[in-house]
Amino acid sequence: MPSFVIAEKCDGCKGQDKTACMYICPNDLMVLDKERMKAYNRAPEMCWECQCCVKICPQQAMDVRGYADFVPMGASCVPLRGSDNIMWTIKFRDGSIKRFKFPTRTTPEGSAVPDGGFETGTDDLKSYVLFTEPGSLGCEVPSIKK
Amino acid sequence: MANFETVEVSTDLLIVGGGMSACGAAVEAAYWAKKHGLKVVLVDKAAMDRSGAVAMGLSAINQYIGQAAGDNTVEDYVRYVRQDLMGITREDLVYSIARHVDSTVHLFEKWGLPIWKDENGKYVHEGRWQIMINGESYKIVVAEAAKNALKTLGDDCIYERVFIVEPLVDGDKIVGAVGFSTRENKFYVFKAKAVLVGMGGAVHVFRPRSTGEGLGRSWYPPFNTGSSAYFTIRAGAEMTCQEVRFIPVRFKDAYGPVGAWFLLFKSIATNAFGEDYMVTHPDVLAEFAPYGLTKPIPANLRNHLGLIDERAGKGPIYMQTADAIRRLADAYPDEKQRKKKLKELEAEAWEDFLDMTISQALLWAATNIYPEEKPSEIAACEPYFIGSHSGASGAWVSGPADLAPAEYFWGYGNMATVKGLFCAGDASGASSHKFSSGSFTEGRIAAKEAIRFIVENNVEPKVDMGKVEELKAAILKPLDTFEQYKGMTTDPNVNPNYIRPMQFMFRLQKIMDEYAGGVSKSFTTNKHLLERGMELLTMLKEDSAKLAAENLHELMRCWENVHRMWQAEAHIRSVMFREETRWPGYYIRADFPKMDEENWKCFVNCKWDPNTGQWDVFKRPIISIVD
Repeated sequence: MPSFVIAEKCDGCKGQDKTACMYICPNDLMVLDKERMKAYNRAPEMCWECQCCVKICPQQAMDVRGYADFVPMGASCVPLRGSDNIMWTIKFRDGSIKRFKFPTRTTPEGSAVPDGGFETGTDDLKSYVLFTEPGSLGCEVPSIKK
Repeated sequence: MANFETVEVSTDLLIVGGGMSACGAAVEAAYWAKKHGLKVVLVDKAAMDRSGAVAMGLSAINQYIGQAAGDNTVEDYVRYVRQDLMGITREDLVYSIARHVDSTVHLFEKWGLPIWKDENGKYVHEGRWQIMINGESYKIVVAEAAKNALKTLGDDCIYERVFIVEPLVDGDKIVGAVGFSTRENKFYVFKAKAVLVGMGGAVHVFRPRSTGEGLGRSWYPPFNTGSSAYFTIRAGAEMTCQEVRFIPVRFKDAYGPVGAWFLLFKSIATNAFGEDYMVTHPDVLAEFAPYGLTKPIPANLRNHLGLIDERAGKGPIYMQTADAIRRLADAYPDEKQRKKKLKELEAEAWEDFLDMTISQALLWAATNIYPEEKPSEIAACEPYFIGSHSGASGAWVSGPADLAPAEYFWGYGNMATVKGLFCAGDASGASSHKFSSGSFTEGRIAAKEAIRFIVENNVEPKVDMGKVEELKAAILKPLDTFEQYKGMTTDPNVNPNYIRPMQFMFRLQKIMDEYAGGVSKSFTTNKHLLERGMELLTMLKEDSAKLAAENLHELMRCWENVHRMWQAEAHIRSVMFREETRWPGYYIRADFPKMDEENWKCFVNCKWDPNTGQWDVFKRPIISIVD
């Protein structure tokens, strides 16, 4: 069922009113069953398998099982996302395993300054030149004479 | 009526959406709003960190010009887009985005997006305009900058998990929007002096190829539900290119990207008999001259050639991955170097999927596909509405003052034909190939112009609260309908008094698939099919008054499907109006199978009149600004 929750590992994000997976799912699919204190995917057939829930889960209690209507069984594709990289473990149906690690960002989390450190150029609201230009463009902003 | 508190929020600029274009709008708007003492509010139906089409990540930035280094000119980009869209494009808009897009990419890099560099420190290109990134956290990084920008204006600028349903209009002017929280019983009324729409394109209007659990594995995300189109149409805005759907060819079933394979790895695709469909159909390309005879061959014509082979029973179509990898590795005769190169290529190939279409990696693993050993199937997906890619649907917006011909200019760049209504990304039409970086850039352009609009037209929005109450009742009605009738049957799914949103969506998808040229009809339709489709769509529209929702989530699903339905109607009307076949790999009008440059080298625009409820479909001229 695309993303799924491992019952043993999920702690319902310790009884806060929303879980991490509920917070992040772009399609509003994750729900907390307050009686069991476990989250679940309420509409697996609308799941994009973006794995945003898997990546954010603090308990690593989520995984994805390939769509049952076209994906043969037995494989998995598990991310472990850190602050500046992500590690993937891919298990094939035939049992072989591949691991990949890729960078995800080059700056500390939270540090993105809107102007990127470029000089904020024009104060002219009427001009087509945007606030970080021409600095962020590296040249004058071109136009065409009509 | 369901008991919902009404929450009123007043702002100067309202940004609706949280994806790339909305984040661009937030970054630019915050700067100018701060200078002019204005308020900006952004409302997103999800969480900005992972909302919109880039939620999963991306493995490339598809629009980068390289102006400062002199790699390309903005004019070059306009020519490229015009060619790909078979001549139908707003050159002023494409130029406007392209001249700023590098500026945006350089910001992304400063914010922390890893962009691949070669040994000389230059960006690694996938193709002429495409650069490679490690883009798993692309959206998180961009959203962070947008949130930091809005923070400079105050702590109450962002509303997440609020779904916007309808525009608020006062005469010919936008004055706000209404919607509801998907987390608590609250109805939101946003009053604004200008509204910037960035709610993405439309998916699941047509029946997808997978209809079981894999229904959600659309190429573009299932949470892009036609809200931009609905919002602008219902505000009374003129729309353009509603017939120009997009059908990508992708790795079959999981829809993994092919760009890296075609462009970076220089792979070719062949039919099952090893024939390269790009070279075996010169006669077909000639039929679509001049576009069919100019490189690069437009995306829709590439689709068309592959589909011709598929219809002739020559499938499956394969991406010849193993050949491509071997060719690249053969450039390294030294065995050790060759092994190192192979390892590099393998990581690049897998990252391409893992950064943006994890399902494809899973499908390859599940079917024991090692791309260096055997080829992999590709296929045309289902139709999508995505003005930011190689489709073109969206609102008809003004160009910028210095670029737009008089016919394309009405005071403020990226403003729709409704005053104060600005559009960016998939919401604005006829400015294709903006992708992620261009959509963000267009958000910036639109936001600066929206702030100028507010400064120059600074009047309080006049919101008719009686009308708001009517809208509130109509928007919450599916909850009431469910409550009223649910006890009548033993299974709440089957009840003659209402229709639940999932079945409603299936009904829409069946109509579009079978009458408007979906997958099951191999993208072919004609006037009669379209007319019959319109009859059935009209009944669906009537039945939308009987949608039922058990909870807030389902209430959102109800309205998402109404949004899709209006996108569908604009599409059918526009496909019906254009009596030619111009993008044969997107759809074929079997009754007009040829392209007709003399009569149809023009935009097809349409407009729904909020006062009369009537649609008008008409032509607009193409005015070129680049040779």
